[in-house]
Amino acid sequence: MISLAGRDILHGWVRFLMTGFGLGLLIGVTLSMAGIYRGMVDDANVLIDNSGADLWVVQQGTLGPYAEPSSLYEDTYCSIIGMAGVARAANVTYLTMQVRHGGGDVRAMVVGVVPGGPGEPGQPGFLVAGRHLTGGHYEVVADVKAGCALGDTVIIRRNRFRVVGLTRRMVSSGGDPMLFIPLKDAQEAQFLKDNDMLLQQRRRTAQNPGFNRPNVPGLLDAIIASQTTSLYVNAVLVQLKPGYAPEAVAKDIQRWQRLQVYTRSQMRTILVDKLIATSAKQIGMFLVILSIVSAAIVAFIIYTMTMAKIREIAVLKLIGTRNRVIASMILQQAIGLGAIGFVVGKIAATLWSPFFPRYVLLEPGDAIRGFIIVMVISVLASILAITAALKVDPAEAIGG
Amino acid sequence: MSGNGIVIEGLQKRYGSGDTLVDALKGVDMQVAPAEVVGLVGPSGSGKSTLLKCLGAVIEPSAGRMRLGEEMIYDGGWKIRDLRALRRDKIGFVFQAPYLIPFLDVLDNVALLPMLAGERNGVARKRAMELLEALDVGHRAKAMPAQLSGGEQQRVAIARALVNHPPVILADEPTAPLDSQRALAVIAILNDMARQYETAIIIVTHDEKIIPTFKRIYHIRDGRTHEEAGEGKSPHELIKTDKA
Repeated sequence: MISLAGRDILHGWVRFLMTGFGLGLLIGVTLSMAGIYRGMVDDANVLIDNSGADLWVVQQGTLGPYAEPSSLYEDTYCSIIGMAGVARAANVTYLTMQVRHGGGDVRAMVVGVVPGGPGEPGQPGFLVAGRHLTGGHYEVVADVKAGCALGDTVIIRRNRFRVVGLTRRMVSSGGDPMLFIPLKDAQEAQFLKDNDMLLQQRRRTAQNPGFNRPNVPGLLDAIIASQTTSLYVNAVLVQLKPGYAPEAVAKDIQRWQRLQVYTRSQMRTILVDKLIATSAKQIGMFLVILSIVSAAIVAFIIYTMTMAKIREIAVLKLIGTRNRVIASMILQQAIGLGAIGFVVGKIAATLWSPFFPRYVLLEPGDAIRGFIIVMVISVLASILAITAALKVDPAEAIGG
Repeated sequence: MSGNGIVIEGLQKRYGSGDTLVDALKGVDMQVAPAEVVGLVGPSGSGKSTLLKCLGAVIEPSAGRMRLGEEMIYDGGWKIRDLRALRRDKIGFVFQAPYLIPFLDVLDNVALLPMLAGERNGVARKRAMELLEALDVGHRAKAMPAQLSGGEQQRVAIARALVNHPPVILADEPTAPLDSQRALAVIAILNDMARQYETAIIIVTHDEKIIPTFKRIYHIRDGRTHEEAGEGKSPHELIKTDKA
């Protein structure tokens, strides 16, 4: 038996292909939306994995350092490093801000780390060019997504930093590239105030009779000095010695240091389930709407194609064609349209994903799931046309 | 009557009920022998299309009997369970417009019927090709229907109606869109085919050009048929009778 669907498609293949192409672009958008969600989750995972930490020690009662602000005294790490099971501990600051580079602005997450080699908590895990931070000040290791080259100058707040190293896939949970600078510079960038603010603060402090006591010399200077010196970090990243359970060490730090400690799995939950939850729901809604729109378009196209063949269907029924042959013809066309749409959509999504500002991760599993969903949508969308075709009275071919 | 052919006795068809009851066929009697071509003429609304639909097993009559060859197909109810197979294997249809499937080439338009009946593609195409050649359109076998002239399309439609060797062919105004020469050629082909394949052919027509070619004509008027010899009568005579 010849394939009626195949022959019909071949007969008007240009129109069919163009329709499939249009549908494919819509499917491509849907796949890209799924890819954006996967990219967000992957960014969150990369942030955790590349931090090199087993535990995140943050201010008590906060979800810091990524989901909420957190402040710790910078010497907190000294007491943590001495605890059982802790191999290494390092201060770190995170601040998402606009930095200036090449005459333009770049949105970046500035990470303050203690200069050191790879493997230190908070350091970029690997470099694609240049070297790690070695100097105490004004050096930066940048993610390639920031658009920097070795030797470039990046301006953060009032200071100029020279790019000494480049890394890759080091981005915040929001997809912003990371810039690693020495901790002291990062503290200054995060906590230091501008000159006008400092003058105003000194004036206000001097006007406070509690701070400016004539019979206590040096008190005012000491207070002002403490106000202009930043002694805070956002978190302490901890690496564990082999054989120690993260939960147990976290419990100890929590109990003795009275701080909040998160393990990797807890941090993953914060980033994925809390930080990007709203975005994920938003994307989920888009996916549902796009799926419904795709289904409606396939249904409309197949219905229109079927209605255009109503006389032929009446003739086919009159000459003894079984309903299942006619239903199969329509179903195969719907599936063919869906398959063309999916192939076009997959290619389109792959081609345009590098141009998205955020990382788009097109997982093979999502592609398989997408293909199955497209097929199911195509089958469901053909029901309307099949119902209409099966209702056609063969007597219509005779007329009268 | 023996062998193939069609016999209809007291066929009735009613539509609606109560005040809206319409007797479209009030008792039709017809008998067409194998290899015979008869005309069926009648004014609009006389019941021609209803009769054709009943004969084509598309609608169910209300009463009467229909026999196709040796087989009783209707006797107060359908005697055949699979009407679709009946239409496919035992009845050929030729329409006013050829209604060829536009996305199949000429050969597959004809071969489709045996394929639907379960014949292998090769065998079905061979049989279709033989018929197309007999109808002088074999050279257009690979053409698409849109590439054929009106006469060629109608010959392909006749090949499609004949390909399963049905005992009866129902032709609904098959010459209406054709000029005189082509219309007479189509009737000649139908006569040849009827003789060659022992097929009974009923042609519903208003076409004055072809009415004189029928040996027997059934007039249908107010849902009843009246038979008379047609050959030799002028169309005007027949149409006058028709209007009377």
